[in-house]
Amino acid sequence: MLAQRSAPAGGAAAATRREGSPWTGLWAVVSKEMADYLSSTRMLILELITVLTAAGTVFTATAQLRETVGQDRFLFLRLFTTSQEPLPAFVGFLVFLVPIIAIALAFDAVNGELNARTMSRLLAQPIYRDALLLGKFLASLFTLALVLTTIWLLIAGLGLLRLGVPPGGEETARLLWFLLLTIAYGGVWLALGMLASILFRQPATAAMAALATWLFFTVFWGIIAGILAQVLRPVRIGLPAELLAQAQLEQALSRLSPNVLYTEATIALLRPEVRSLGFVLPSQLQGALLGAPLPLSESIMLGWPHMVGLIAGTLLLFALGYVLFQRQEIRA
Amino acid sequence: MDIVLEARGLTKRYGDFVAVDRLDLTIRRGEVFGLLGPNGAGKTTTILMLLGLTEPSAGSVQVLGLDPARRPLSVKARVGYLPDQVGFYDTLTARENLAYIARLNGFTRKEAGARIEAALARMGLGEVMDKAVGAFSRGMRQRLGLAEILMKHPELIIMDEPTLGLDPEAAREFLEIIRNLRSEGITIMLSSHLLHQVQAVCDRVGLFSKGKMVLEGPVEVLAREVLGGGYHITVEAEGDAGLEAALRQVEGVQRVQRAGPNRFVLEATGDLRPAVAQAVVEAGGQLLALASEAPNLEEVYARYFQKEATHARAA
Repeated sequence: MLAQRSAPAGGAAAATRREGSPWTGLWAVVSKEMADYLSSTRMLILELITVLTAAGTVFTATAQLRETVGQDRFLFLRLFTTSQEPLPAFVGFLVFLVPIIAIALAFDAVNGELNARTMSRLLAQPIYRDALLLGKFLASLFTLALVLTTIWLLIAGLGLLRLGVPPGGEETARLLWFLLLTIAYGGVWLALGMLASILFRQPATAAMAALATWLFFTVFWGIIAGILAQVLRPVRIGLPAELLAQAQLEQALSRLSPNVLYTEATIALLRPEVRSLGFVLPSQLQGALLGAPLPLSESIMLGWPHMVGLIAGTLLLFALGYVLFQRQEIRA
Repeated sequence: MDIVLEARGLTKRYGDFVAVDRLDLTIRRGEVFGLLGPNGAGKTTTILMLLGLTEPSAGSVQVLGLDPARRPLSVKARVGYLPDQVGFYDTLTARENLAYIARLNGFTRKEAGARIEAALARMGLGEVMDKAVGAFSRGMRQRLGLAEILMKHPELIIMDEPTLGLDPEAAREFLEIIRNLRSEGITIMLSSHLLHQVQAVCDRVGLFSKGKMVLEGPVEVLAREVLGGGYHITVEAEGDAGLEAALRQVEGVQRVQRAGPNRFVLEATGDLRPAVAQAVVEAGGQLLALASEAPNLEEVYARYFQKEATHARAA
C-alpha cells in the first residue's frame, strides 16, 4: 500500500510512476539511525531504568516463588506476573515503561533533522522521503526490540539462577509470544512519537504531546470509557441485560487504548488458566474445569485480536505520519 | 553550448501568496549563474523547485534534460546542493557524515572511502576528517558541505547563500574555490544578496524581485541597461572654473560630481580615461590622478529598485 504513493500536493501531478524503488537507501538510513541510537546517552539511561526495574521485580518475585517451587506448572511465567507490595509485577511495569522508551526514541526523529538543518541535505540525495521515514521507524523498532529482548533474556537468566528450574517448552513459547506482543505494543508508541515529531517543529513540544497522549490512555481513558458507557447504555431498571450491555460497552471502549489491549493480551498469554478476556456468564461456565490451563494455541487465539489491534494501530499512525511527511515543506 | 538547466513559466503559490511568478531561466554548461535578490524574493523556493524538493504550482523544469519531479533519483545523483545554513550531525566526524551520504548515494564502501578522502583533502579538511563536526567553524562546515557535493562528482552545483555568515577571509577562499570549480567545467548556480561577491565570480546574473526575474544577463550588460554605462572615473586635477565644464563636455560622460577641492567623479558609459585626460589638458588644467572603476552590481541593484519605486509613485 505504502509503495503506491499518491501524487503529492499541488498541481503538476505526476500521473506516471516515479523512477526507481521508493526504498532506495532504506538500509543506509536504518543502519545509521541504529548506530546513533545505540551510542546515545539517551539509550544508556533507558537501559539502566529498565534493567533496574527488571532486576528489582524479578528478585522480589523469586523470593516469593521459591516457596512454591515444584507446585506450579508455569513457574517461569510467574516471574513476569508476580507482584509484591510495593512493587508491581514486571508486566505491570512494562505497560508504562515501553511507551516511555518508545516515545523517548522517536519524538525527535523528523523535527531533529529539520532543526539540525540536515533534512534538506539528506533529501537532496538520490532517495525518496519514503525510505527516510520508514528507515527511521524500523531503526527505532529494531532498537526497541533489542532492548526488550535483552531484558527478556536477563530475566530468564536471573530466574534460572534464583529458582534453579529451567522453563518448559510451552513456557518458552508463551514467553516468546509475550516478547512479540511487547514489541508490537512498543510499535504503536513509536509510531505515535514519530507522528508527533512530524507535527511539531520543537522536539520538546513533540515529546510533551506524545506523553500527554500516553497519560490520557493510562489515566483518563478508563474513566472516560466508564462515563460514556453510563451515558450511552444507562441502567434504568436494573435488568441484568442492561448491566451487561453497559459493562460490554465500557470494555469495548476501553479497548481503544493500546494499554488495555496489551494488558489483556499479556494476561491471556502469561496466565494459561485465564479462559476469557470478556464477560462470562455462569451459564457459559457449566461443565468447565475452573483453574485448568488452556493449551497455548487457545491462549494465543484469546490474545490474537488484541495483537492485531496493536499492529493495526501502528500502521494507522505510521500511515498518517507518512502522508503528513510527504506533504511537509522542508524549508524553515 | 548545451543547456544544463531550463525552467519555463515556473510558479509557486502558497495559498494567495505567489513566491515565484512565471520564472523563465536557462543555464548553459560551464556557466556560473548568480541569482540575486533581497531576502524573501523567492530565491530559495526557486532552488527547491529546480531540485524537485518542492512541487511547482505551475510550469516546467528540466535539469540535465530530466524532469526533477518524475526522475528525482537521477537528477539528485548528478546535482549537488548546498543549502543555506548547511547542517551536519554534530556528534559524528567529518568522515562519518560524508560516509552516510555516500551510502545514500549507493557508493560501495571502498569507492566511498577514496572519494571522501579526496574531497576532504581538496577542501582543506584532511587534517580534521576524524574530528567531530560539532567543533567546526562556520567556514569549515561550508567547506564540508562542498566536500560532500564534490564527492558525488556532480555536473551541476546549486548553492544557496554560500558565503552568508562567513568572515571575509573565509568568504574570499570560498569564492576562490568556486572559480576553480568553474575552470573544471562544472556548472554552478548560486544565490546571494551579497552583491560584490556575486559580481566577482558570476558570468551571468539574474535579479529577483517579488518572485519575478526582473533583469538578467552579464553584469556589464545590466550596467549599460540600467545605469547607461556604470563606469566611475575619478579625476584629480588643478585648474580654473572652466575645468568642470570641460569635463562635462567629454563624449560619453553623463554626470560630473565635485568630490573635493580638486576632485571630480564622472559617471560614464565606458572607460574614458584617455578622453578625460585630453580634456583636462586642453582646458589648461594639471592632471594629478586618474582612475576608472568598472560598473558595480550594487549600484545596478540600488538604481533598479530606485527606478521601480519612482515608477510606482508616478503611476
